[in-house]
Order: sequence, then structure tokens, then C-alpha cells
Amino acid sequence: MSQDLLEKKIDPGRAARLYQTLSLIRNTEEHVAQVYPTDKIKSPIHLTIGQEFIAAAVCDHLTANDYVAATYRGHGAYLAKGGSLKEMVAEMYGKQTGCAKGRGGSMHLISSGSRVIGTSAVVGTGIPVAVGHAMALKMQNSKDLVVCFFGDGATEEGCFLESINFAALKKLPILFVCENNFYAIHEPLEKRWATNKLCERVATYGIETRQFKQPDILALHDYVGDALTKIRKGDGPAFIECQAYRWREHVGPCEDYDQGYRDKDEAKRWMDLDPYEHLGSGLTQIERERIDLEVLTKINDAFEFAEASAFPQPEALYDFNYAD
Amino acid sequence: MTSTMQTKTSGLDNGQGKQRLLPYVDALKEAVAQEMSADDSVFVMGLDVDDHRAIQGSTKGLLEEFGADRIFTTPLSEDAMTGIAIGAAMAGMRPIHVHIRMDFLLLCMNQLINIGAKSHYMYGGETKVPLVVRCMIGKSWGQGAQHSQGLHSLFMHIPGLKVVAPSNAYDAKGMLIQAIRDNNPVIFMEHRLLYGTKAFVPESSYALEFGKARICKQGDDITIVGISNMVMEVLRAEELLSEQGIGVEVIDPITLVPLDMDTIIQSVRKTRRLLVVDNAWTNCGTSAEIIAGVSEALAGEFMFQVKRMGFAATTCPTTPVLEDAFYPNPATIAENAYAMVNLNASPWKPDPEKTKLAYQTEFKGPF
Repeated sequence: MSQDLLEKKIDPGRAARLYQTLSLIRNTEEHVAQVYPTDKIKSPIHLTIGQEFIAAAVCDHLTANDYVAATYRGHGAYLAKGGSLKEMVAEMYGKQTGCAKGRGGSMHLISSGSRVIGTSAVVGTGIPVAVGHAMALKMQNSKDLVVCFFGDGATEEGCFLESINFAALKKLPILFVCENNFYAIHEPLEKRWATNKLCERVATYGIETRQFKQPDILALHDYVGDALTKIRKGDGPAFIECQAYRWREHVGPCEDYDQGYRDKDEAKRWMDLDPYEHLGSGLTQIERERIDLEVLTKINDAFEFAEASAFPQPEALYDFNYAD
Repeated sequence: MTSTMQTKTSGLDNGQGKQRLLPYVDALKEAVAQEMSADDSVFVMGLDVDDHRAIQGSTKGLLEEFGADRIFTTPLSEDAMTGIAIGAAMAGMRPIHVHIRMDFLLLCMNQLINIGAKSHYMYGGETKVPLVVRCMIGKSWGQGAQHSQGLHSLFMHIPGLKVVAPSNAYDAKGMLIQAIRDNNPVIFMEHRLLYGTKAFVPESSYALEFGKARICKQGDDITIVGISNMVMEVLRAEELLSEQGIGVEVIDPITLVPLDMDTIIQSVRKTRRLLVVDNAWTNCGTSAEIIAGVSEALAGEFMFQVKRMGFAATTCPTTPVLEDAFYPNPATIAENAYAMVNLNASPWKPDPEKTKLAYQTEFKGPF
């Protein structure tokens, strides 16, 4: 695939931009995994390493006013939409300077400034909330839209199809993006789905769907650009299934290929197609090193910021119980 | 039945302008219409809100006045529709999500509890959920197991939610307006049997403060707290007890979260007897919570008596004979209160003719 990619006419600006986002997410999470054994991060972490190309490709098309809804595996979407890295790391550390002031942790990221809707740790629950944002935008006659990321497991929840139906019924400005990594914690699709015709299921609601079986970030980027243009025009929702592979364990910093529920060969097929490496290898060495260095500096700054930040005071326990 | 409510509110001089006798159901409608006029972000959604029956009339005329973009029915997808309402609220709207029975809120619990209640806290104050969930509790004409439940204690358990249960038209309007303006999710409980009851209600818009109980009747011998529709039953019981020379202080908390414990505690300091009559089961319920709160506050100060009344500890039956036995009524409330005041006296039962007069007779089904 590397050759295919290289043969495509890659706009160098776009490749560098997407690579920068991939580098930010990948290296941040690698750093999180590295720090994790020190117990400084007091939060369950669900790493997106291997799947980050989806958020990077999709969010590249969004404006500052568009909303993104993600999940407890949400570091990638949060960063790709422009959420503050410092505040995210501080949140994982449980610090007052975190994006949720230490009340949410890794699973409950939010950025009202970058319009990242708060992420939920209950599978599927963010989908109707995202649709509600899309309904509000339509009621407010806005041209902005919502992108809603979720996993394959979420499509098994009742609220998924309830939300798809309502979004289609009202022609709401929302792009649904299913990151299908084939496993719900440790349970494979074959034990959960009667058929794997996810796009066909959704299409019966009159929604345009598209399946991506390869981690082809540029093809995905192209498609999403067109899809969002149609949504912005008022054509109603669209749905994308992006197959991807979670390289690490469901929760935690480690690999888990020794656990027996999946094997490394399966993973290797995906690792060989890693968009981070592919896009990186298409850049000049100087360009790639410049981007990586910039990213690593930013990451170091963020972790230093988190370390230096204060924990909330115990007296603040009741803050935010009710809104004024 | 309406006479009690007339005396209760007609004397108010609250600067709210012209008042007229208005049914509870119309007070609900008027509150929503006035808030929709005042604020473009207010809208109404829920199954059947825009049909010809208009939720027993409580949303009647809103479609004609505000159009289909601001009042619309929904698919029967309570789980997602609750999340959609929450999302719209986070994005700057003020949704009113209507359910024709409170029992259906069990289909909304995940969104209400995991998202609605927690978002302001869990996201460090970065988002707000100004959502009103209107829901109606049914009773009689065979409403039965799944159309009659008062589930407020489930919601009271969860930080982040507010719970309101107005017992009369005046409170219904002022509390609903306040609920719409509140920046938190508010569970707004209405009782079907209250819909026809009338009170003096100002024509102009007004909001009533949450967390302020009303002393409906002053008395020295016993404090009786009623919840939702049970306020009406307690007021009827009070008439029966008054004839026996027993002075009842009747308290309507109106809002269950926040709950005005101070008013109840002050009353018990005077009467040293507390009976809580809930429109729900007693086990782990609002009545238990109120009595626990009073006990914690007054422990060691003096001896006092407490008692809970509520649904029988069974599923709600449909046949009238069993249904009558399921609910507290003015007679059973009066009997229990009498026994608390006259500890050593032989049991007393009110004249059945009088309880009959006092008991709800206006409602006829099917819904």
C-alpha cells in the first residue's frame, strides 16, 4: 500500500498536516503509556493507538464551530479537533487545570472552546447527545455540523438505531463515524453480530453509507470532505464505517497478545499498514523530523504543566453539583 | 375539592396582577406558552405533544401558536430522545421533554442519570443541561402496575437532578416556569388527578423559588407532609381531624430536590409528631428520607413520633376494590394521625359518609 499511497498525487501540505495530527496523538499516547506505571496518571486510559488516523482524517475538515462527539477512547478525537493537550494531560493527572478540572479523567474529556462534546464511559450514550447538538444547530439555523465517533459495540445499543432514525427523519447535520476495531473489550464481532452488514443496516434509514476496510487515511480524507459538504448543504446525515485495529489492550498501557483472545499476526497486518509510518515516509526527512520535534516539545510541555499543576482542594468537592 | 385550594391561594397579594380560577392543566399550558414567547430557545418534544389530544390538553394550542419546529412529536425512542434533548440543552436550547406517564421514564434512566445529572459535574462546569422532563402519574380507572408509579425517590437519590411535584395550579405554573429557567435537569411530576383541580393563578408570568415548602394549614398537634397528589388527600384528612379537635399542620414541600427540611423541622419542633404521606412506596422513599432528616436534626432535643404512609408494598392492582386498598386516602390518613395524637385512646374511624364526600370523585377514564 505504501507504493499506492506514494503514487497518488499527495498534496504535500495536506500530508504534513495529517501527519502532524497523527504524530501528536500517537506520541502523546506513547508518552501516556510510558508514564502510566508511575501511577501519576490516576485514571483508566483507553488508548487509540492504531486507530488515530480516523479522527485525524475527519477532523481535518472541521471548522472551529463544528462539534465533535467521541467516547472514552477519545484522546484522538479530542486532540484532532484542537482540544488543549495540556488540559488533557492535566485531566489524566487529576489536576485542577484539567479540561474537566479533575472531575472527569481520561474518559470524560471536554473542550467547550474547541467544541468537543463531553465524552462518556457508557458505550453508545454519546450518540444521542451528539444528535441533540445537531438538532440544536438546525433549530438555530446554523451552518455548523456535528461529527459523532463511536465504536462497533455502540452499534449494538438500542439508542444507536434510535438516533440514526431520528437524525435521518429530521435530516440533521451530522456525520456518524463508526470506528470498527472488531472487539468489544475482548469479545469479537462474530460472537456479537448476526451479520456484518452494518452499512446496509444503516442504509435502510435512507442514509448514505460508506465502508473503509483499509486504514487509507487519504481516501478517507477525500471522502469525508465531500460528505461534509453535502451535510452542510442540508442533505442530512451520513454514515461511515472505518475498520481499524486497536494495538493495545482495551484499557491500560500494554499490549495483550499473550491473553489468547486475539493474536499478533492479526495485529501485524494492520501495523504494516500504519498510516503514521506511511504518511511519514512520504515526507522529506527534514520535514518529518521538524514535525516530530515540534510535537515532542509540546508533549513535554504538557506533561510538565500537568506535573506542576495543583490538585483541587477537598473543600471543592461539591463544586459543579448544580449549575447556577 | 377545589374550595380548599381557593382559600389556599386566593388571599395572596404577590403583585402578580390579575388572578383567575384556572385548572392545573391550563396552568401548565400557560407556563410553557409564556416561556416559549419569552425565550426562542424553549421548545417542547415528546410523543403526542402535537396531536389533537395534546397530553390531556396540557400542550393544547402550542402548535398553532409556535409552529411545528418548536413543538413536535418523537419516535417511541425514549432512551435516544432523552439523550437528544440533553444534547440540545448542552448546545444552548431549553427543551421540555414530555412523557404521558412517569413509568416511561424508566426507559430514559441511562441518559437522565449517566449523562443529564452528571454532565455539569463530570465536565468540571464546562457544560449545562437546562432540561425539563414533564411526566404524569396516573391513578384510578385501572391505570395499574405500569401507569401509576411515583418514581421520584429514584431521581432524588441522584445528585445533579432536581425534582418538583406541584400539588395545585398556582404552584404548577410558577414552578414550571422556574423549571424551564433552571440550568439543570428538572424532573417535573404532575398527577393526573390534579389536572382538573383549580386554583387562583395570575395571568402574568411568574417563577416560584425552588426549595421553599408551603405551610398549607397551621396546627399544633401533628405535622403532616403530603407529596404531590397526597397534599390533596392530606387536606381532606385535615378537615376530618379538625372536627375531632386535632390541629394539623399541613406541609407541601413542592420541590423534593431541593427539599426544604427547615420548614418541616420547625413544624415538628412545635407538634412533636410527624406523618409523611407519599404518593409512592415507603421503602427507601421520600417519606423515609424526610423522617431520617428530621430525626438527624432533632435527635436528643426531645422525643417525637414519626410515621410513613404511601403505596401498599405491592404492585398497583387495577380492580377498584384492591386499588382503593393500595393508596392512602383521607380516612386512613386521618385514622393514623388520630392514633398518633391519641396514643392511648381506642381507634377512631371517620364517618364513612364524610370520607366519601372528601374523596376524589371527579375523575373518569379512560386516561
